[in-house]
Amino acid sequence: MPDPSAALLIEGVCKRFGSLQALDHVSFEVRQGEFFGLLGPNGAGKTTLISLMAGLSRPDAGRIQVMGHDVVADYRNARSKLGVVPQELVFDPFFTVRETLRIQSGYFGLRRNDDWIDEILHHLDLTPKADANMRALSGGMKRRVLVAQALVHRPPVIVLDEPTAGVDVELRQGLWAFVRQLNRQGHTIVLTTHYLEEAESLCGRIAMLKQGRMLALERTADLLSRPVQHTLRIRLSSGAALPADVLPVARATSDGRVAFVLDSADEVAACLAHLHASGVGLDEVELVRPDLEDVFIAMMQESAQ
Amino acid sequence: MSVALRTLLYKELLRFWKVGFQTVAAPVLTALLYLLVFSHVLDRRVEVYGGVGYTAFLVPGLIMMSLLQNAFANSSSSLIQSKVTGNIVFMLLPPISYREFFAAYVMAAVIRGLAVGTGVWLVTLWFVDLPYAHPLWILFFAVLGGSILASLGVIAGIWADKFDQLAGFQNFIVMPLTFLSGVFYSIHSLPGFWLAVSHMNPFFYMIDGFRYGFFGQSDMSPWISALITIGSFAALSLATLNMLARGYKLRN
Repeated sequence: MPDPSAALLIEGVCKRFGSLQALDHVSFEVRQGEFFGLLGPNGAGKTTLISLMAGLSRPDAGRIQVMGHDVVADYRNARSKLGVVPQELVFDPFFTVRETLRIQSGYFGLRRNDDWIDEILHHLDLTPKADANMRALSGGMKRRVLVAQALVHRPPVIVLDEPTAGVDVELRQGLWAFVRQLNRQGHTIVLTTHYLEEAESLCGRIAMLKQGRMLALERTADLLSRPVQHTLRIRLSSGAALPADVLPVARATSDGRVAFVLDSADEVAACLAHLHASGVGLDEVELVRPDLEDVFIAMMQESAQ
Repeated sequence: MSVALRTLLYKELLRFWKVGFQTVAAPVLTALLYLLVFSHVLDRRVEVYGGVGYTAFLVPGLIMMSLLQNAFANSSSSLIQSKVTGNIVFMLLPPISYREFFAAYVMAAVIRGLAVGTGVWLVTLWFVDLPYAHPLWILFFAVLGGSILASLGVIAGIWADKFDQLAGFQNFIVMPLTFLSGVFYSIHSLPGFWLAVSHMNPFFYMIDGFRYGFFGQSDMSPWISALITIGSFAALSLATLNMLARGYKLRN
């Protein structure tokens, strides 16, 4: 049964562009206050799904609700509850940053919104650029304005479509601190990103899409505990050489170490025992915990088989 | 008027005002050049209506032509720029209804058309002393004619995917229809075939009715021109609203 109080309800959504089935019966819910990740390779359907949520596109089948409001039948209420940071770096070259935010506020029916605009500008380090024309801003600054535009109407649900693509580390950290704060204040956050470490550290639950279908929908912690391959990295002692029987499964790394990709943590002990028995001296041993990227790659590969 | 509609209208006005030299001053200068050339060549040789010199006849036509062309240019160029640069998304994400969207673009385009038309009228005051026989007809045809071209501009701006297509629409549809609408001549001076063709051009009725407001005489009855102009606006605005409601080329 769908949860009527869900921040976002996606039910049996299909979308086709010509011969391409961009979304194929996608269903999931995002609870209010969640920090939710939507992951998938290029062409998985993430941006199409966001376009459907935002009313930029219309589903062929299924329904989408934002805070209980249908995005087609009750689009005015649905759109007023949603803030979207688009993936493309778009801006209107005629206006300053402040004009852009005032205009965006007006589109959402807000006339006197300068206090909140000032607060957003402050949090996104845009205050010194408030009266600068959009054309004069760097790419990173323009990205911040996009985030600010999505927040002018204080939407309970915020969708960030690749918000940190092409931006520097400093902005990324500042942006995530601000978004975390918004999430703590009760805003529901839906994030798509290619930086999987960001999704891993921020998102409580993650949905994985591939070729328009849902591959997984789990808590991030559960995804990370999936049995996937582990990587054992070693540094050989001076003059030591690997025995011939392990050469086919060993891989030299760029920092002069040797890596073994093992199917489970149990194989680590056996591998080290075999090297020890072969008289191979080791200076350094490191077991790399699988991260979201490993899980992601493993799932994508599994689905391809 | 909703806040969203007011804001979109304000944004559209601010957009053309910020480049006023290009959007208002330049078309006024173009119209002035037309006036200087044509009136110099034809003023003493042509009298279209009894007692009305050619320069006086030409000025209302030039005012209306500039008004119409700029109303079209405003809505069409704003939309195509927003589409090509992608910033149209900022207008599609908020809860703006398609009617508000239509109203804001049409009103802004009409205001730009009126600004340019007023500019042309002001500069031509130096050259000719115009009568104002029926000011309400002047206002009626100026606003409604501007609205028709503004609607057509919305259609063209939504339909065109690139500037090239919009230029084609402007140069192959709007320009010929405005030039062949009796701006520079009375259609009764045309041979039969072209007279019949001119009667099928809705732009002719807008300009002819507008001119009636000044001189109290025209090629057609102003009531017929008014009916055809109202009909044209109704048809075009319904078509535009239908496109917007369906999300044609805006929402997949």
